[in-house]
Formats: sequence, C-alpha cells, structure tokens
Amino acid sequence: MPETELGQQIATGTAVATPDPSSRGGRTTHLRVKGLNVHYGDFHAVADINMDIAPNAVTALIGSSGCGKSTFLRSLNRMHELIPGARTEGLVELDGQDIYAPDVDPVLVRRKIGMVFQSPNPFPTMSIYDNVAAGIKLNGSRISRSELDGVVEWALKGASLWDEVKDRLKGPGAGLSGGQQQRLCIARAIAVQPEVILMDEPASALDPIATQAIEDLLLELKKDYTIVIVTHNMQQAARASDYTAFFNVGPDGPPGRLIEFDTTQKIFGAPSNEQTAAYVTGRFG
Amino acid sequence: MSTAQPPVPVLPGTTGSELTAGKLPQRAVPAVYGVAALAAVGLALAGMNRALAIVLAAAVAGVFLVGWAWLVEGRRRAIDRLVTISVTSAFFAALAPLVSLVETVAVKGSARFDAEFFTSSMRNVVGEGGGAYHAILGTLIITGLATLMSVPIGVLTAIYLVEYGRGRLKTAITFFVDLMTGIPSIVAGLFAFAVFAIFFGPGIRMGIMGAVALSILMIPIVVRSTEEMLKIVPNSLREASYALGVSKWRTIVKVVLPTALAGMITGIVVAIARVIGETAPLLVTVGAITSVNGDPFNGRMSNLPVFSYDSYRSPGVPPEPYLQRAWAAALALIIIVLALNLVARLVYRRYGTHLR
Ligand SMILES: Nc1ncnc2c1ncn2[C@@H]1O[C@H](COP(=O)(O)OP(=O)(O)OP(=O)(O)O)[C@@H](O)[C@H]1O
Ligand SMILES: [Mg+2]
Repeated sequence: MPETELGQQIATGTAVATPDPSSRGGRTTHLRVKGLNVHYGDFHAVADINMDIAPNAVTALIGSSGCGKSTFLRSLNRMHELIPGARTEGLVELDGQDIYAPDVDPVLVRRKIGMVFQSPNPFPTMSIYDNVAAGIKLNGSRISRSELDGVVEWALKGASLWDEVKDRLKGPGAGLSGGQQQRLCIARAIAVQPEVILMDEPASALDPIATQAIEDLLLELKKDYTIVIVTHNMQQAARASDYTAFFNVGPDGPPGRLIEFDTTQKIFGAPSNEQTAAYVTGRFG
Repeated sequence: MSTAQPPVPVLPGTTGSELTAGKLPQRAVPAVYGVAALAAVGLALAGMNRALAIVLAAAVAGVFLVGWAWLVEGRRRAIDRLVTISVTSAFFAALAPLVSLVETVAVKGSARFDAEFFTSSMRNVVGEGGGAYHAILGTLIITGLATLMSVPIGVLTAIYLVEYGRGRLKTAITFFVDLMTGIPSIVAGLFAFAVFAIFFGPGIRMGIMGAVALSILMIPIVVRSTEEMLKIVPNSLREASYALGVSKWRTIVKVVLPTALAGMITGIVVAIARVIGETAPLLVTVGAITSVNGDPFNGRMSNLPVFSYDSYRSPGVPPEPYLQRAWAAALALIIIVLALNLVARLVYRRYGTHLR
C-alpha cells in the first residue's frame, strides 16, 4: 500500500521515545477520558471519547477542520464551559480525580492544567517580566521579589526565550516577534507549574524556524509535563509526539469522534483504520 | 473548454498609452482656493456679508475645479473631485457654527477675563467689578461630586453588562440605560428636586442636589462608553488569564480593566465635559447666590452656567458689567471643556493600549 509507505517515510528518522512510566511513580495514565460528549447548546460537537493520556509524553490530536479537536482540548481543563451554552457529559480524570465533580473548582483545575492558544496572546499592558509572572501575581500569592525573579528566569529558560529577552524584561510583551510572543505565552503557562499543558495549534502562526524552536521545546517540556497538542501539521505530529489521536466526523456530519489512538509510530507507520491511513498520507483533509 | 477572450475595454479618460491620463497641474487645488480666498476677502471688504462672501467664493472655486477637471482629466476623475469637494465643504459648513461661537464668546468674554474675575465673588458688588470665583468653585464641587457618584455606578454597571450579564436582566438594563440617555436635563433636575423635597421639604436648595441631577445625566454616558471599551478587550486575553487559573473577578480587575483603562478615562472625561455646562437642572436644584459657598450640603451654591444665565437674564443698571461677566463666565466654561477634552486625548495617546 503506497499510502502506508509514505506514512512510514514520514515517521522514519524520528526517534519516537517510548515514554518511561516510572517517571510518574509507575503510573501510565495521567488524564483519563471516559465516554466524553461535548455539546454547544443543541449542537453535539464531540461524541464518546475514550482516551488515556500518558504522563511525560506528547500526545498529538490530528484531524480535519471542524472535527472537534479544539472542543475536546478545551474540555480537558474546563475552558470550554466559558462559552455560553457549552456543556459536557462523561468523565475526565486527573490522577483519578474527576475534574467535573460538583465540588471541584474549575479555577483550581486550570492551575494544574494550563493552556497555550493558537495565536499568541500576551497581556498588552504588561512587560515581558510581568507577563511571565502574571499567573503567580494575578493569583495573589505573596512570594518575595527574588523568588519571583527566579521563577521568571526559570520559566523563560524553559521556554528557550531567556537569552533573547534577558536584557529587556521590562519591555512590553507585545513588542516581541510572533514566535517570541508564543514562547512567552509558553513561559507564562509553565511559570505556574501546571502538570499538564494543552496546546491548540501553537505553531500555526509561526515560520518554520520558530516552529522548529517550539518542537524542540516540546521534547524538553515533556520531561516535566504531560503535553497534549493539536496540530494540522502531519510532520510536526510525526516528529514531536509520542502518541497520536486521530479525530474525524462521521459520513453524516458531526459529532466528531475519536477514530484511532495509538503510538505515533503506529498511526503514521501502520494505522489500523482506513480513514486514518487516508488522512495521515494526505489523501483527504 | 475555452472561452474567447473579451476585448480589452477602452477606459474613458485615457489618452495615448493606456496607463497615462490627463492631469491637472500639481498645485491646481491650493491655487484655485487661494484665489477664491483672496476674492472672498475682497468681497467682504467691499461690504458684502462675510459668510455669504466665503460661501460664494468656495462654490465658484468648486464648480470651476470640477469643470476644469472634466475637460482635462475626464469624467471619472471629475466626479471624484466633485465628491471630494462636496465632502470637504460639508465638513467646513459643519465647523462654521463652532468657529463662529468660539469667536463670539472669546471676543465678548475677554473684556472681563481678568484676575479679579477669578479671585472675587459677587458679594456686595453692584455694577462694575466682582467676579465668578464663587461660581467656578461651585461648578468644580458640583461636577466633582457628580463624577464621584457616576463613575463607580456607571463602571460597575458596564462591567456587569459586559462580563456577567445574561438574558432578560441584561436586556432590561441596556434598555433603561438607553432610556436614561434620552432624559431631558430639566427632568433630571426636577427629579432631584422632588426627591430632596420629600426629605427636606419644598424650597430646599443644596449643591448635592445639583450633583445628583448631573449624575443622572452622566451615568448612562459613562455606562455606554465603558461598555464599548470593555467590549473591545479581546476575549483571548480573558481566556489567557483563566487558563492560568486566575479567578473571574481577578481577571476583570487585573487584566480587563487595565487594558481598557485609557479608553474608559477618556469616556469619563467626555461625560464630565458633557454635563459641566448644564444649566436647567442646576437652576432648579442649587439656585444662585452672590457669595462663596463651599459646602454642598448647606444652602444655595453658585455655578458657572447659572451665573452666566442669571447675569444675562436680569442685569442691573447699567447692564454692561453684568453682560460682560456673563460672557466671561461662558468663556471660562468653554475653556474648561476644551481643557478636559485635551486631557482625555492626551491620556489616550499616552496610555492607550494598542489592541491588535
Ligand atoms: N462556540 C461554539 N458554538 C457553537 N458551535 C461551535 C463553537 N465552537 C465550535 N463549534 C462547532 O463545534 C465543532 C468542532 O469545532 P472545533 O473548533 O472543536 O473544531 P477543530 O477540530 O478545532 O477545528 P480546526 O481544526 O478548524 O480548529 C464545529 O462544527 C464547530 O462549528
Ligand atoms: Mg481548532
């Protein structure tokens, strides 16, 4: 099958590291999704998702436009309930704790599960420093100036931005290039030290070099975080992720469903589903 | 399947080569209007009404330019010029009353626009001399109090409408704010008067009553402008904040409001400028006195609009000093409003957040 060969070519040369479960106390699941359905009012956007997301790994979500990747991603940290009329059914567990349980505070969920958006959105009134410190300062925690300095430096280094901005930390965050702004947003997200980072097409507005920088960053970040990333870039999914989930809408339209979920090697090398094979080899989508 | 290519249309007004066209000389427009301006000055000196001379000269210059352009540049560009000239003329026509007003007030007001005017009150003054110190003080106190009442109410209402409001309550509030925008100022004044009359008996006059009347006029303006500013804060900033695990009210206070702040201040200053010249509501609520009263909770209080109105309505004998003081008060009011507008612009320039 020529398609599969092409898929294998894409995957070849990529050292897809098998994540080491021992790094999270031997657990193999960090986020568990069971029977998740998401609705916008009467519109059923995503149906029956079951997925175990591994710790310290990059999980890529792929699929054609409108199949519900962003919707699914946003339901993982309850961001999506900010949209009027949006609601979910089913289970999302973080380390065994249902994040939709009635006594769970969504604000606290988002402190553990951070998010990076498609277009960079630094706070325009804040300096680079304050942008990174925003999550800590806005939450009102009283840590000393020197401690905060340390966190900001650590986060900017983690987002590989430190060397570019260390001399202008007081400058405006909106004064950076698009790629730098996106890394600033990543630094902002990791500064609050979440456990999981969700990224919705973080590199779609960036040039190949900035994209490369973000991908390199993913390999660094997964040592400490669990990462779920939506991407339309097949090469990016193949290069940078450990697991890949393919979403698609059925023949009669929405809701979108999870078609296949496996290691990236498997999805791009030997997908077991015909639709997945067609998608990863570029036959549609 | 191939379709035959249509012939290249010949554009009207093109000459020779397809890309060049006739064109008026570079300085044609300023030259024509320069000549027209000279002609207008000439006509005015010859005894014609000033406004008529300007209108006539401008009209002739416009017709001439369009006709000339039609001959040299062709129909399309002539129409282009006609529209440009019409739009620009309309703008100047709209500007004319403003210019005329400022000129009149400046000329008539300057006679008594002196140090004494700003340092003395009208206590024991009959005829010449005296000033509007008491009125200026009263205007600042009343408007200041009105601002202190309107800004918190207006801003909080706007925050509710943009950040929290849903469904019926939001629709109802929006509707009533719209309704308030249309309240005639005298009605606001009578309302404040009636409310205070319930508690203090009829005939009560206090500075605070005027402030209440003005704030009824100010609140809808503040709500509207603040609402607009909050709406243009991109949702992505709110989401970014929520995604950091920041609560809703902290997001509003620390992210949304700072981003909208400059625009909000501009809106508030414009609202102040809008009510500071209100006469009718102050006439019925705070009245007028000749001496300084700095206590808004005790008795009548003078203020610039009412001072100007009173001096003009019932001048003494001879009337000139009274009329001059009325104009000087009007000039002071205009200068305060202009200064407020200037401040608003500067704040926006200096601190405005440039949202993508
Ligand atoms: N706020 C909303 N209200 C109603 N329907 C929505 C809303 N947001 C998304 N949808 C619908 O939900 C479905 C899934 O949308 P979603 O944004 O999750 O797709 P996606 O996979 O992220 O697409 P893309 O790749 O283009 O970003 C679409 O049919 C979309 O029209
Ligand atoms: Mg999307």
